[in-house]
Amino acid sequence: MKKVIVPIGPYHPLLEEPEYFALYCDGELVVDVEWMAGYNHRGIEKISESKHWDQVTFLIERICGICSTSHPIAYCNAVEDLAKVEIPERAKYIRSIVGELERIHSHLLWVGLAGHFLGYNTVFMWAWKYREPILDIMEMVTGNRNHYAMMKVGGVRRDIEDADIPIIRKILEQLKPKLEMLTGAVLDDPVLAARLKGVGVLTAQDIKEYGALGPVARASGVDIDVRRDSPHAAYGLVEWKVITCKEGDVFAKAVVRLLECFESIKIIEQCLDNLKGKKGEISIDVRNIPPGEGIGHYEAPRGECFHYVRSDGTSRPLRHKIRAPSFMNIPTFKASCIGETVADVTIILAGVDPCYCCTERSAVAYDVSTRKKILDGSDLIKLSHEKTGKIRKQFGIKDK
Amino acid sequence: MDILETLRERFSDKIKNVKIHTDKRIYIDIDKENLLEVASFVFNDMDARFVTASGVDNLDSMEILYHFSIDREDVIVSLRVLLDRENSVVESLGSIIKGALNIEREMYELLGIKFLNHQDLKRLLLAEDYPEGVYPLRKDDQKGKK
Repeated sequence: MKKVIVPIGPYHPLLEEPEYFALYCDGELVVDVEWMAGYNHRGIEKISESKHWDQVTFLIERICGICSTSHPIAYCNAVEDLAKVEIPERAKYIRSIVGELERIHSHLLWVGLAGHFLGYNTVFMWAWKYREPILDIMEMVTGNRNHYAMMKVGGVRRDIEDADIPIIRKILEQLKPKLEMLTGAVLDDPVLAARLKGVGVLTAQDIKEYGALGPVARASGVDIDVRRDSPHAAYGLVEWKVITCKEGDVFAKAVVRLLECFESIKIIEQCLDNLKGKKGEISIDVRNIPPGEGIGHYEAPRGECFHYVRSDGTSRPLRHKIRAPSFMNIPTFKASCIGETVADVTIILAGVDPCYCCTERSAVAYDVSTRKKILDGSDLIKLSHEKTGKIRKQFGIKDK
Repeated sequence: MDILETLRERFSDKIKNVKIHTDKRIYIDIDKENLLEVASFVFNDMDARFVTASGVDNLDSMEILYHFSIDREDVIVSLRVLLDRENSVVESLGSIIKGALNIEREMYELLGIKFLNHQDLKRLLLAEDYPEGVYPLRKDDQKGKK
């Protein structure tokens, strides 16, 4: 029988980043899927070998613009495992707060995109609108909407002041009813149920074979979460629960992600309770990294980020292996897409929330017609500082 | 430690060396001939999750660390295999773990390690026009230094 190849990518409205899927189709049915990657590969593992241990945290933040604190947390865990360092308690809470804020914004981003891919743009607009205040908190606390530069080996770089806490609480309090409304609207919607239920099912056996992670695994009833299984940061110090579903379809993945947002809010609120009114170190000095090897992992919004580092006692890593969750999640398409129709495959592809790598940032702005420089790097940094100042002023926080 | 006991009992003659970094991180050195058997036992019988594999160029040898996570015990077991650098060949784990196929492709193109009986050993990330026989993650690679 003649097979037709339907290409998705490398540049396609469905994908946020370049990647290529070849769908082998027999009529409407997909009979095989092939995945090609590497369009955005930047060799970060290699670059990491030429950076100082401390510089690497900034480098690996650029692996992903959406989960840009997950890789640094995993890396810091790895180096702290190597050097056998315990971080101060205050730093643990701050790590968890930043990590969970990131999870909320990432999950809302996915819900919005999923709605958009299904042609349900109201969900897209709601979700992205409610995500925006979370980014405002990020900018207020860390100075950046993304690439927060909060983590360092031995602790965190910036403190969360008492003055910031009431505003973070207020924004989260305001987010809760909106999130409940969005969750209700998505989970009760008959159109979404018709499009997502029973589509792209992954069984627990598939998850085991492919080593799939995060919400993808939890939606198939595989109860794994690095935050609980390997307690680090403040995850062992606060009350929360791991969300799982049994069905394994795209709908279950949406349920897991939406309900996880509420757990994240719970974690942040408890961490804020533990920060308020207390003083303490936010980092310890880690000057020398001894020879040896270390492993660190962290539950990013998409699943476990895994970092392996090896030191020979010098100031740079000898080897730094990075395994992002999508590397394990994307191959599951072989199990979930085959036998589905082309129309459903688009949302299945989006269902694992595939994220490749994103580092594109503007450094210089030119006028297209005259080729004259309008803004250079320092102007852009100045603009960014002004914007952060504006946000802090808007929330009534005085700068020191 | 139960995990280590179980492995020692089962593979007393096949485990060459054990390094216990902390009680959560165990590194076990094995010969490449025994890799499939030990990995299959850890993955299937001990119900570990395959995390990934790290290829390391030691200049005098090639090294692969197969990381397995036993989530319920919070332990990561890494199986270490040393290969001849000029002729680095090892059996593919793809027949027992589908999730290992892509990382093997990555090690093949970036470090030049060949995997026997891999069902689809071709490039994963590098461009089609990248020269053959140049392995960018090797320590002596000159192309990446420009």
